[in-house]
Amino acid sequence: MGRPVAIIGSGQTKHGRRFDVTYPELVKEAVDRVFDSTGISPEDIDGVVSGTMPSMMEGVALTHFYFADVLRSVGKPILKTETCGSTGVSLAITGYYWIASGMADLVLVVGSEKMNEGDSQATMTTVVEPFYQRYFISGAPGIFSMQSQQWSVHYGIPEERVRAAATKLSIDHHNDAFDNPYAHIKKKLTEEEVNNARIITYPVRLWDVCPNSDGACAVIFASEKMAKKISKNPAWVKGVGYSGEEYWFGDSDKVVWQCAIDAAKQAYDMAGIKDPRKELDVAEVYNPFTFQELLYYECFGFCDFGKACDETLKGTFAKGGELPCDPSGGTLCTNPIGATGLNRVAEAALQVTNQAGDHQIPGAKLALAHAMGGVDQYNGIMILGSKL
Amino acid sequence: MEKKSEYDILTDKVAIPYEIAAGPTWTRFFEGFRQEKIYGTRCRKCKRVLVPARSFCPRCFVDTDEWIEISQEGSIVSWALTEYEYYGMPTKPPFIGALIRLDGTDSNFLHLIGGFDLSDPEFVRKTVKNGMKVRAVWNKEKKGHIMDIKYFEPVK
Amino acid sequence: MTKEYNTLKNVIELPHKYAAGPAWTRFYDGLKQEKIYGSRCQKCKKVFVPARSYCPACQVSADEWIEVSQEGKVISWALSISHEFFGMPVSPPFITALIRLDDTDCDFLHFIGGIDLSDAKKVKDLIKPGLKVRAVWNEEKKGHMMDIRHFVPVSG
Repeated sequence: MGRPVAIIGSGQTKHGRRFDVTYPELVKEAVDRVFDSTGISPEDIDGVVSGTMPSMMEGVALTHFYFADVLRSVGKPILKTETCGSTGVSLAITGYYWIASGMADLVLVVGSEKMNEGDSQATMTTVVEPFYQRYFISGAPGIFSMQSQQWSVHYGIPEERVRAAATKLSIDHHNDAFDNPYAHIKKKLTEEEVNNARIITYPVRLWDVCPNSDGACAVIFASEKMAKKISKNPAWVKGVGYSGEEYWFGDSDKVVWQCAIDAAKQAYDMAGIKDPRKELDVAEVYNPFTFQELLYYECFGFCDFGKACDETLKGTFAKGGELPCDPSGGTLCTNPIGATGLNRVAEAALQVTNQAGDHQIPGAKLALAHAMGGVDQYNGIMILGSKL
Repeated sequence: MEKKSEYDILTDKVAIPYEIAAGPTWTRFFEGFRQEKIYGTRCRKCKRVLVPARSFCPRCFVDTDEWIEISQEGSIVSWALTEYEYYGMPTKPPFIGALIRLDGTDSNFLHLIGGFDLSDPEFVRKTVKNGMKVRAVWNKEKKGHIMDIKYFEPVK
Repeated sequence: MTKEYNTLKNVIELPHKYAAGPAWTRFYDGLKQEKIYGSRCQKCKKVFVPARSYCPACQVSADEWIEVSQEGKVISWALSISHEFFGMPVSPPFITALIRLDDTDCDFLHFIGGIDLSDAKKVKDLIKPGLKVRAVWNEEKKGHMMDIRHFVPVSG
């Protein structure tokens, strides 16, 4: 086990279609905000970690070089981490490792994406090799649709019940987003609107799918000594987990999804969590698609396998429920991919330090942040707590 | 330059050419396609038959050099009907991407389900079921390419 | 080398729209009027060209806009003669150069032209560090970096 590590501050940009700024200027907005919130000077930072989803999303490769100035990284070591949708959590874990190892005391971690500058699905198609899988995937929605379709049939859940649970998540999260000043899509939706929305990839419809967002998130990680010196109210990293499986989509089971189960178990073991549903106060689960969020509840032990729809419809995971999930509106409402996982980490840190404002879960002390990357291939988790 | 917002927008296309090595395994696999054969390989250790054929087992890390011609029939494991379209999409919608467990194999093969009208999602939903038997349909002209199989169609 | 195995040829093409933001937009508007703008850092007082919204060293805003000279000195240069690659934005031969425009504090990257580029030795004898050069504009302006056609040696 490494040294204790804390988050001492975060900065998110306003998310949306950000054609008002260049890509580096967008990143600067988040970086300026994190320095403002912590009051420390860029000179104090020992190293910088940066990442986007696939670099070519915005037509500039090696984005961390492009951002070197705004990351305040001149004269410092810089690392890039890139793990597709899980980039943000991987960035946080990279920052964590750097400090836990004893090699740094203060690390700036920045994730970003400007999805509207390119064609997100055309770029994501290049994540898949050209010999075989590329023709059948149809971007992220095709994969997640196949996964959720198989899941519902496997547990014999009637299609209407899955639809009802997904619709509840869509309505709740788009409504929750009103309480998050940084969220992209905020909308009052009716069941009818969600159920009858345009089909993207059956059974996934428009309001089951996240938007293309432009945005960035910056987080500062600190060693115990520095955290105690700088911050009155740090969020402590209690556990991390990251796990993957075989490359080929058809080689492993995506219903009883081992890499999601294993990533959670690693993080729970490290944090000493035995019963996540009871012990966690809030979770920021990666939910680019409503259907996939249901699957995660089961893989993370928030409920039994096959029971996510029932529990969701009972309100277990809504605000005021036993384990509120994505009170920020989550990825479903705001998805700048390279930043999304780090947004989850930043939101979890805000929750356990009682700084989440209108979407604060009262008294939250232990929070889970999560993201997924690749063709259902990798899952990453970070658990944050209010106490060392 | 186009003025879409208050500030300028620079439009551009990045086009990059590739010549990607197929290597011995894909080359042999796609030569099988030219003869309307689907090949898999068996892992000597875990005995799983993996399709497409590959040079090693991703779980046991032993060479998989036992080549087996695989059944062209199998059953649907999962499927999704794609309705939306994006720039440069390699397959035009509507199409059904599906995981198919070919008979006698131990991994799922990813390809298309077709051979019937895909224009009505309700009809598709009632027609396509997990566990349903399907069979490969080949294009007449072969290119040694994954799309030499046109799609898998339901077995009547 | 003969190819024992197949290869797959493919071009990946991705469309992009880059937000120019306020600083590039203003800079390009200047180019349309045959003006080159720089900006001065409030802290270190350096003049950067192209103009930018913040100083890369001091990280304070550099919002004092200055029309800079269209003449300067060659700092370094390279002649591209025959090496052409797929999608190269400009076809060779061309000379790229770092040019220190008069009264600025960083080097501006552009082309040197208006001379015979076919003989590398002649080019070498003509283009020396410190050589005075001046911007030459295209007649039609697009609000783009290539509105400046190139820089030419200032005679005498």
